[in-house]
Amino acid sequence: MSIDKKFELLRTAAAIAVALFIGFVVTCIVSKSPFEAFSYFLRGPFTTTRRFAAFLEAAIPLMFTGLSLSLVFAAGQFNLGADGQFFIGAVAATAAGIYLNLPPVIHTLVCLLVGMAAGAIGGFIPGLLKAKWNASELVASLMLNYVFLKLGMYLITYHMRDQSVGALVSLPLKKTCWLPQLVPNTRIHAGVFVALAATLFCYYYLYRTSRGYEIRMTGQNIDFARYSGIPVLSVILSVQVLAGAVAGLGGAVEMLGIYRRFQWLASPGYGFDGVIVSILAKNKPTLVPVTALFLAYLRVGADVMAMYSDVSAEMVAIIQAVIILLVTAEAFLSSYRHRMLLKEVRQSAITS
Amino acid sequence: MESGKESQTKEPILLMQGITKVYPNGLVANSEVTLEVHKGEIHALVGENGAGKTTLMKILFGLEKHDAGDIFVKGKRASIASPSQAIRYGIGMVHQHFMLAPSLTVAENIVLGEEPTKGVWFDQRKAEEICAELGDKYRLKVDPHAKIADVAVGVKQRVEILKALMRGSDILVLDEPTAVLTPQETVELFVALRALREGGHTIIFISHKLSEVKEISDRVTVMRSGRVVGTEDTHKVTVQQLSKMMVGRDVELGLSRPGVSPANGREVRLLVQGLTYIRDSKEVLKDVSLKVRSGEILGIAGIEGNGQAELVEVLTGLSRCDRGTIEICGQDATQKKPGEIRELGLSHIPQDRMTFGVAAGASVAENLISTRYKKPPIANGVLLNLKGIFEVCASLINRFEIKASGPEQPVNTLSGGNIQKVVVAREFSTDPRVIIANQPTRGIDIGASESIHRYLVDATEKGAAVLLVSADLSEVMGLSNRLLVMYEGRVVAHFDNAEAVSEEELGLYMLGVKRQDPHEIAASMMGEAG
Repeated sequence: MSIDKKFELLRTAAAIAVALFIGFVVTCIVSKSPFEAFSYFLRGPFTTTRRFAAFLEAAIPLMFTGLSLSLVFAAGQFNLGADGQFFIGAVAATAAGIYLNLPPVIHTLVCLLVGMAAGAIGGFIPGLLKAKWNASELVASLMLNYVFLKLGMYLITYHMRDQSVGALVSLPLKKTCWLPQLVPNTRIHAGVFVALAATLFCYYYLYRTSRGYEIRMTGQNIDFARYSGIPVLSVILSVQVLAGAVAGLGGAVEMLGIYRRFQWLASPGYGFDGVIVSILAKNKPTLVPVTALFLAYLRVGADVMAMYSDVSAEMVAIIQAVIILLVTAEAFLSSYRHRMLLKEVRQSAITS
Repeated sequence: MESGKESQTKEPILLMQGITKVYPNGLVANSEVTLEVHKGEIHALVGENGAGKTTLMKILFGLEKHDAGDIFVKGKRASIASPSQAIRYGIGMVHQHFMLAPSLTVAENIVLGEEPTKGVWFDQRKAEEICAELGDKYRLKVDPHAKIADVAVGVKQRVEILKALMRGSDILVLDEPTAVLTPQETVELFVALRALREGGHTIIFISHKLSEVKEISDRVTVMRSGRVVGTEDTHKVTVQQLSKMMVGRDVELGLSRPGVSPANGREVRLLVQGLTYIRDSKEVLKDVSLKVRSGEILGIAGIEGNGQAELVEVLTGLSRCDRGTIEICGQDATQKKPGEIRELGLSHIPQDRMTFGVAAGASVAENLISTRYKKPPIANGVLLNLKGIFEVCASLINRFEIKASGPEQPVNTLSGGNIQKVVVAREFSTDPRVIIANQPTRGIDIGASESIHRYLVDATEKGAAVLLVSADLSEVMGLSNRLLVMYEGRVVAHFDNAEAVSEEELGLYMLGVKRQDPHEIAASMMGEAG
């Protein structure tokens, strides 16, 4: 029904507008010069090449976690393990980057594969618990995020730490595994292509393969899927493994593209930002790059604002929260939709 | 033939004027509907499923909000936003699905919400007195001490009616009250309704069974696709005329069953022996055996909730039995998964199409391919063949006359009858060897029902073995070659010739009053082939 597509677009746009407005109101409350602060926020990412580059590179990890969550959400599974999978993927890629001796390109590919494998294991555990014992994948995956975070920090601290440096960082990654830089003087790296390839893969997998069909039908109505003879347990397990692999790949790409050593002390939180990316994209892989860029834009804008005004970057969290709330709130603008519907019904009654 | 009083002399107790209701999915359920009901009459509201009767009554009872129109009760404009307001206006409703607390007694259910008290305590004796008094007054006999969980469907319905009367309702709405009753219980209900009318109550009787409407009502309003077609004095119209108003064209009343050659020698396609299934530590299936041969329809009659649904679940692999064996086309199908059972050639029309039959938010195409999405021309290896899907689905939409704009239309924007046609198209187009059809025409319009019956008979004549479960007696009696009756999880009767059984006799078995000797059943059904 075209009315629904139109309405969904309108609703998302309205949610963003309301969120920006509330963000502005908050800015007015906390800032002495709210207009200036808010203009830094909105224009920030476009003010210098460096900031524009920061905006693009920030979208890369968001694309991976957004894709990962789109896959599990499409199957109707509420697995929020992308955060831990992303983290452990980065740790695993770090280990492969430090200790393996391989020629360039091959070394990079091996590191990415190792990251994927680590993420896949991270998806397999809650998937297995769900399929075998019907354990809530939401609880299992959230708890596992802590397990992977602590496991990763343990491995970095006790096995990969560079003792010669004061801060807690790993040994340097070998140059052979770095993802090449695309634009000089920025950190935009070849991970962009990996992310776009992952987007295409997820789209084709979900919409053009039999397994993708199984995943979508399981997500639409699991009773219907079972009745039709779709092996729902194996679908649930495999989609979580695949989603874990995509998130793990994201962690590996981020590590090899941006960093020269592992230096996170906590989770960078891309897994949870991926939830926003995926929900805004309505779980459609082809929309994920767009919504990932949008979120990256908000983030970089907030950073610029924090740098040049008296408003802190956390303001963006309010905007994000309002967007999610309004986009997921089914009743938001539903009376407007009903009026649209009534009008259409009356018109068709007149013409027929 | 009912009361001879002319309707003009009566004052309207209820007037619903210009009611329009559009559901969020775009369905126009009521369009400019006007209904006028006189005091002290039994007013039938008829129409096919999906004609808008239930929506109109939900609006009257405050369960749905209307988009336009006014309601007048006893001459005064009424705004009814909730059931409790409706009750204050004296409107009572007996729903299709009873809303009773099964663990409480009859008396407790009747006074629920308006409990008599002694100090701060619930006065059980007073409640039982009220209940017995009401039962006597309205000639609706119930046992106040019985637990709702233990009483028959007919009794539950009486409790619902008493509950409404206790709250002072003088306008009673009964939504398809006879759908769940046996012929005997229907007779009793009609006696009670006539007594209520004599006592000055007004009754709105929703139904699509025209013979009942003719028998019980004074006036009748016919609805079709959300509009009122007309209101007539019942004794002035014939059943034929009413059905034409309902459907908009002449309808053939009556069904034709598949012609069968002698059963002996035909291949046994479905063989079930000693099936027992325990759910929540209750034996819901007890030692069920049956046999269906190629080219015949075996009907299962019975009041709903006597194990039919569980039998279908077990046969189709959705649940696992505890004892017994299932063979499909000579191959063991016991404890197999739904996909494996489908591989043996089984198709299944499920009872609840919105839960099992379709993925409501997915497209018609996605729903049509769910049992063949791995095989050509739908898929080659691991990839889907979009062109193949489109062609297959377009031809199925055409062949099964599904009214959809195309394969891409979401299923939840189709009408109930067309949704069921999607299910039927999927299940019948794979050349099934065994078809299990559970309530195949429940809740859909006459046109779609007719086509579904035709497909079922065609498939049978082409050699499929069909197990038909239906709560609609006329359907199961009219289509089946042989009949089984289930009562409390057991097969209590088998009729080798469905034509020779009367509705009344079947009713006695369905109520558990009569049962055949188990050995006789086994001999007549299982014995012939040894």
